Amino acid sequence: MSDKKAIVKEKIYGPSELRPRYGAGGCRGCGHPLVAKAILETIEELDIAGRVIYVQGIGCSTGGLGTKLDGTVQAHGPAPAVATGIKHALFDDAIVITLQGDGDCAAIGSGYLIAAAARAQRITVFMYNNANYGTTGGQLAPTTLLGQVTTTTPAGREPRMFGYPIHVPEMLATMRGVVYSARSAINTPANYQRTKRYAKVALQKQIDDVGFSFVEVLTPCTINWHMEPVDAMKWIGEEMIAEYPLGEFKNVAQID
Amino acid sequence: MEDATLIHGYEAIPQGALDAGCLHFFGYPITPQNEITEYFARELPKRGGRFVQAESESAAVAMLFGAATAGVRAITTTASPGWGLMQEGISHIAWCELPCVIVDCQRGGPGQGTTRHAQTDYLSVTRGGGHGGYKNIVLAPDSVQECYDLTQLAFYLADKYDNLVIVLSDGILMQIAEPTKLQTIDFPPLPEKDWALKGTAKKGGKFSTIHSTRGLAGTYVQILKALHEKYQKITDSEVRFEASQADDAELLLIAYGYVARSCKGAISMARAEGLKVGLIRPITVWPFPYEIINQKASQGCKFLVVEDSMGQMVEDVKLGTEGKAEIHFLGLLARHQSGELGMLFPETVFTEVKKLL
Repeated sequence: MSDKKAIVKEKIYGPSELRPRYGAGGCRGCGHPLVAKAILETIEELDIAGRVIYVQGIGCSTGGLGTKLDGTVQAHGPAPAVATGIKHALFDDAIVITLQGDGDCAAIGSGYLIAAAARAQRITVFMYNNANYGTTGGQLAPTTLLGQVTTTTPAGREPRMFGYPIHVPEMLATMRGVVYSARSAINTPANYQRTKRYAKVALQKQIDDVGFSFVEVLTPCTINWHMEPVDAMKWIGEEMIAEYPLGEFKNVAQID
Repeated sequence: MEDATLIHGYEAIPQGALDAGCLHFFGYPITPQNEITEYFARELPKRGGRFVQAESESAAVAMLFGAATAGVRAITTTASPGWGLMQEGISHIAWCELPCVIVDCQRGGPGQGTTRHAQTDYLSVTRGGGHGGYKNIVLAPDSVQECYDLTQLAFYLADKYDNLVIVLSDGILMQIAEPTKLQTIDFPPLPEKDWALKGTAKKGGKFSTIHSTRGLAGTYVQILKALHEKYQKITDSEVRFEASQADDAELLLIAYGYVARSCKGAISMARAEGLKVGLIRPITVWPFPYEIINQKASQGCKFLVVEDSMGQMVEDVKLGTEGKAEIHFLGLLARHQSGELGMLFPETVFTEVKKLL
């Protein structure tokens, strides 16, 4: 790697105590390493790295961390249940987070997610939303926008056959066991800071043993969207945020 | 029996787990083993343990996976349809080599089948059950005492081999009560679980990753080979069976679980008439005691496999005898009545024995 490229990479991805190697989120322009970096920086700022255990699902979200923390990569979907097992095994003496894609979290894993939220499980779920199934080559996701072309909706997502985009943090905000639910994006420096801000509150809720916390992050998938990195960031700002508004949908100091 | 307590199978299993130091239960109610779940719900909070009622058996096994990554002894208990739901998680447990214990109290299948006893999960349990080809150690008690003892053994073997161990029981064994010695078993020391996830602060900054994707880094074949070498080691060292009046037997009954009790009754009747009948009862149904079966086949024994199914373990007996012996089968159709309450009784087995000798 040339010096210049190394400097550019370091500016984007690192360096970080928790991040010994550059992101495994392989594709050019992928947003996952940025989300991972925002989460890891927040963990460092909260000074909780030694207590964190991460649980990853299967999909592009699997490769995005590459860190020095304790953690596990397990089946596609049940990360909130695995996190529940870890939390109880250690008698709550750990900060347990899950990092999941939109398919992992909101399709195959939606049951586990809802049940963990209903139990007010003291875990924090981070959901990467890139509006498609990245690892398997760009198929329909529960978060795919109406009209969006994927390899399994070649004519665009139409609702009669393929239903409607799912709004996870809004849905979770209706649940009593959820104490924090928010959506951010990774498309601008301001939104990168917003992601860190939301992550910090979500993790603090767990540190304070308040309840279940959740953050969704909109992130680009250049390869499957067939876009240049800059255009993909623009598409998030122009199309995705219109469907998925950013903000905090629930933030309470205690379960009512 | 001195120092014995009269308890049910559904009390012996959870008590065995508690006495093995298990403080974590994750499960979903299903008949005919709800009393086990309820026992844990009552007892674990008193001991500072954690009882979690999961949203499904798939979630229960995922929680079990999580607890095992953190290095604690944990358990889930279920019955056949729930066993079916767990297979995805079990395959991941196998690949990640996590020590876990699951109890399957068999009921009749397939599908919703019946909520009553049967032995129709044998092949699913002994062949792995889920995708990919792996092995669970499977212990099959035939008494309340063994329900208690084998549950303790299950935790030891799980930790010894970093493997899933199944206690394969059934609806009958759950509901019977017998005098049971509640004595904690002393097992040899086990290595420390230095791989367990606890947060790096508790491990001097050292971190571990337990990942089901570990074969993706060009190491798939290498890991698979090591896994199967472990299975071979278990096969070589952990076979357990009971041989009863087998030395001079011309006919050997092969049975496990509640059916083995009926067979013991049949043997008493047969011996009273001078018929040379014995029993080989696999206690580990995986690894299966092929060697003793093969030996007996070479000596000219005939076999009668008795199981409360349409014929599953009989396949293992065929493998063991290598075509050297006559094998007969008495199964679920020989129950004393055709409804779901029907059982395989000693008299039925005895009648069959008389036909064969």
